Amino acid sequence: MNKVQNNKAWFLVLPVFLLVAFSAIVPLMTVVNYSVQDIFDQNNAYFVGVEWYKEILNDPRLQDSLARQFMFSFTVLLIEVPLGIAVALMMPTRGWTASLTLIVLALPLLIPWNVVGTIWQIFARGDIGLLGYVINALGIDYNYTNNPIDAWATVLLMDVWHWTSLIALLCYSGLRAIPDAYYQAARIDRASSWSIFKFIQLPKLKGVLIIGILLRFMDSFMIYTEPFVLTGGGPGNSTTFLSQTLTKMAIGQFDIGPAAAFSIIYFLIVLLVSWLFFTTITHLDKDKTKEQSYD
Amino acid sequence: MSLVLENVYRKVEGVNHLHNINLEFKPGSFNVLLGRTLAGKTSLMRTIAGLDKVDSGKVFMDSEDVTLTSVQKRNISMVYQQFINYPNMTVFENIASPLKLSGTPAAEIRKRVQETAEMLHIESFLSRHPLELSGGQQQRTAMARALVKDASIILFDEPLVNLDYKLREELRQELRELFKLRNSIAIYATTEPNEALALGGTTSLLHQGQLLQSGPAIEQYHQPVNLHAADLYSEPPINLLKGHIKDAELSIENYASFPVATTFDGIEEGPYTFGIRPSHISLVPKHDSDIELSTVVDVAEISASETFLHVANQDLQMVLQLSGVHDYRTNTPVKIYIPPEKLFIFEPDGTIIKAPNAQLAGEF
Amino acid sequence: MAEIHLKGLAHSYIGNPQISSDYAIHEMDHVWQQGGAYALLGPSGCGKSTLLNLISGLIKPSHGSVLFDGVEVNNTSTQDRNIAQVFQFPVIYDSMTVYDNLAFPLRNMKVDRETIDKKVKEVAKTLDLTEILSRKANNLSADEKQKISMGRGLVRDDVSAILFDEPLTVIDPNLKWKLRRKLKQIHERYNITMVYVTHDQLEASTFANKIALMYEGKIVQFGTPRELFEEPNHTFVGFFIGSPGMNFISVEKEIVDGQLVFSFDGINFPLSQEQSDLLDNAQSHNLKIGIRPEFIQLSRVEHPESLPCKIVHTEDLGTYKILTVEVGKQQLKVRLGEDQQTPQENAFVTFPHQWVKTYVDEYLVTPSTGDSNNE
Repeated sequence: MNKVQNNKAWFLVLPVFLLVAFSAIVPLMTVVNYSVQDIFDQNNAYFVGVEWYKEILNDPRLQDSLARQFMFSFTVLLIEVPLGIAVALMMPTRGWTASLTLIVLALPLLIPWNVVGTIWQIFARGDIGLLGYVINALGIDYNYTNNPIDAWATVLLMDVWHWTSLIALLCYSGLRAIPDAYYQAARIDRASSWSIFKFIQLPKLKGVLIIGILLRFMDSFMIYTEPFVLTGGGPGNSTTFLSQTLTKMAIGQFDIGPAAAFSIIYFLIVLLVSWLFFTTITHLDKDKTKEQSYD
Repeated sequence: MSLVLENVYRKVEGVNHLHNINLEFKPGSFNVLLGRTLAGKTSLMRTIAGLDKVDSGKVFMDSEDVTLTSVQKRNISMVYQQFINYPNMTVFENIASPLKLSGTPAAEIRKRVQETAEMLHIESFLSRHPLELSGGQQQRTAMARALVKDASIILFDEPLVNLDYKLREELRQELRELFKLRNSIAIYATTEPNEALALGGTTSLLHQGQLLQSGPAIEQYHQPVNLHAADLYSEPPINLLKGHIKDAELSIENYASFPVATTFDGIEEGPYTFGIRPSHISLVPKHDSDIELSTVVDVAEISASETFLHVANQDLQMVLQLSGVHDYRTNTPVKIYIPPEKLFIFEPDGTIIKAPNAQLAGEF
Repeated sequence: MAEIHLKGLAHSYIGNPQISSDYAIHEMDHVWQQGGAYALLGPSGCGKSTLLNLISGLIKPSHGSVLFDGVEVNNTSTQDRNIAQVFQFPVIYDSMTVYDNLAFPLRNMKVDRETIDKKVKEVAKTLDLTEILSRKANNLSADEKQKISMGRGLVRDDVSAILFDEPLTVIDPNLKWKLRRKLKQIHERYNITMVYVTHDQLEASTFANKIALMYEGKIVQFGTPRELFEEPNHTFVGFFIGSPGMNFISVEKEIVDGQLVFSFDGINFPLSQEQSDLLDNAQSHNLKIGIRPEFIQLSRVEHPESLPCKIVHTEDLGTYKILTVEVGKQQLKVRLGEDQQTPQENAFVTFPHQWVKTYVDEYLVTPSTGDSNNE
């Protein structure tokens, strides 16, 4: 109701439209184009319809990495979300400790992804890495280059280290937005800490949490650099995720048609899952907008 | 500068924010917009400021069509409910900011800031920052900023809501004094009838995006055009009784009938809504013609010099505004007396038929 | 159920207060009786919120103590003080239904299901919430939400006091009347001590049996709304209560023709012998006469003891009129009823002796207080 209404606004948005068109829609269309053709060289391309899609969907490589990918993304969410909330709840709210905590938490987010991979590659090595060495010294046989389970655990741990901060910071800002009166009222109502969390903090965090989950899902679903640097997808194919499979296919084997079809399928999966999250958000927020318009 | 709005419409998501608004603001006038929350006061102000676009209709300033002119080119200032100041600037810099933007020479700025600050009694805080001031002083700073630049139109959107009761009284009076000397159009939005009455000037009543009536507030108080207007001007809310006039009898629904008083001559038989202001009902009969109702006390709210007596009787719920202290316990039976000459009579659709002491012929 | 006793209570936000202005609350002894409806009234920054927080236990007093039924609660946490609080902005549990909101405190106290159901339904009935019990609480209007926050205090049998912190701030003007009436009914029905903090004299006086008027960290007067109106014991009370506030005229003691008079702008103010003696006995030169706009009589003709005046401004507020009149250079407000005739330009004002109050150094002096108030 309080928005400025002016047709000029559309002209101002135009550059963004053009940018999106050139950066996203045009390449996407090119990919769609490739995905329905068999390309031998620049001059020899044949229309093959949905042939590549059929092939890709039946390809065990894709099926395997897709399963791995879902498993990875959901495990990541399952660990990072509760952990992030827990961290946010424990963070100090005022004084220099608060600022310090914020800086420490923000640090992992600032490190370039390939550097994160490199750090962990060294950190987890059994011979010179602190983590790997300590684990081995404790009598546990750990080697992420040989053992698929170790490799998985390492990639997961790395992602948790890298991204839990994001959830924690989002939740922290969400928690700060809760007026003191709520806590006071809850104390007066003799609510336990668990009740306060369940009935005040969690409902008020719903908004930021859904954004956090959405971001983390999309990001982890498209993870490439860190496992590539850390494990190179191995041992075997155990940590080869979707994007890496795709890259191998497109660049390594020059199967442009199948790779394009693969990309489209990949894109649709991300879109579908994100859409599911998005509708959840709007559905949950419906009540909230009503309340706001009342004010 | 004069300001004219002609057939202005604005609809947002199917809701009428402004519906066929025709208004004229004279140069140097003080105007009040009175209406409940969401009645269209803010929409109207935003339209005048050029922040909102109209669906149809025109806005003229000095007979020039400014409907499509941007807000920056309209020479308008606005004061809001919230105390909006630049927190990192001193009070002086805050007040000076609109002048600096327009490239006024420094000496001139100093002079005008000083003058404006003196008008609003904040000259001793010029070197402080707004957040170090009290709410009243912060709002004075915001007002000074609006007044300093000699805008042709100054809009006040419920500027006193967030202030203490006493401060409101004080600022309201100052504001009125201030505008006596100025040549700009002041438009002041409020939800409180007392504020409209106290500020004086021309009041426009808004209800659901429509203009009900426009004129001096006190005339509207006595001669509302319909039920909504009468209700807007009553604090506590006006008492409404459903009933009808038939066979020379006035009857109140589910209750009782009374012989029609002579003041009702010329009013046709039919169903009506009767309205009576809380201050016009009494606990003792003043004339034989007074309508007597038996009720029980719901609650007595005693303010220092007055009592608001809430009474009820089955379907009826009424409130009386009595001077002096009347301490009644809940459920005490009381007889209340309504002087028929003080009744407002409305058609079932809310149009007024008769206001107290004044017969209205046909359309208002 | 409790009597709240503030014993030698003072509070400073500064660690080691030295001077008087370091205190947010100045030392006070004050008792709120069990079952009373009280208002804590004052302008913003007068310390009323601090005092409320001291009672609710949000702040620990730096000096003195807070007693509930004679037991010191300085170190008792908010929840163990058994008080309920209604805040400026409605606090409700969004994700719960209205029913669950009301049942919440009882569930936390492990009350059995049947008792909860009975209590919730009873309170819902009082608050007119029965029909919306099954609705989600976050879709309701502000006044309904405020009723829910109040209801959470009412369902508990152990609640000793309900504190209201400007609860009508976000309520539409036309609904304020309804909700305030509800508060009043609830107070009559449940025998609970209620303390209502506000800056609005109308809200305070209609809700409370007794008002504590605060000014600069002190309770300057504690009395019924009527007492505050008729016998303000400080010029601030006279100014703050009433709309418009009390008229004050500074007067000087003079001897004219061997007669003791109190005058302003060369005009003698007509006082009774008793009032004149009171001012005569005062040591200070700060002498003021106060009279409410409601009590000044205005007339077209001269009466004994009336003073000529000029009408400067008339403000017609519908149910009453406020006239600004000038006596000498002194502007006075006069409040007239709707039906009273307003004279044009020139008239006479009379000040009935019973409503004329005398102030020395801003404090009221009466025959009974003598000079005792004049410290």
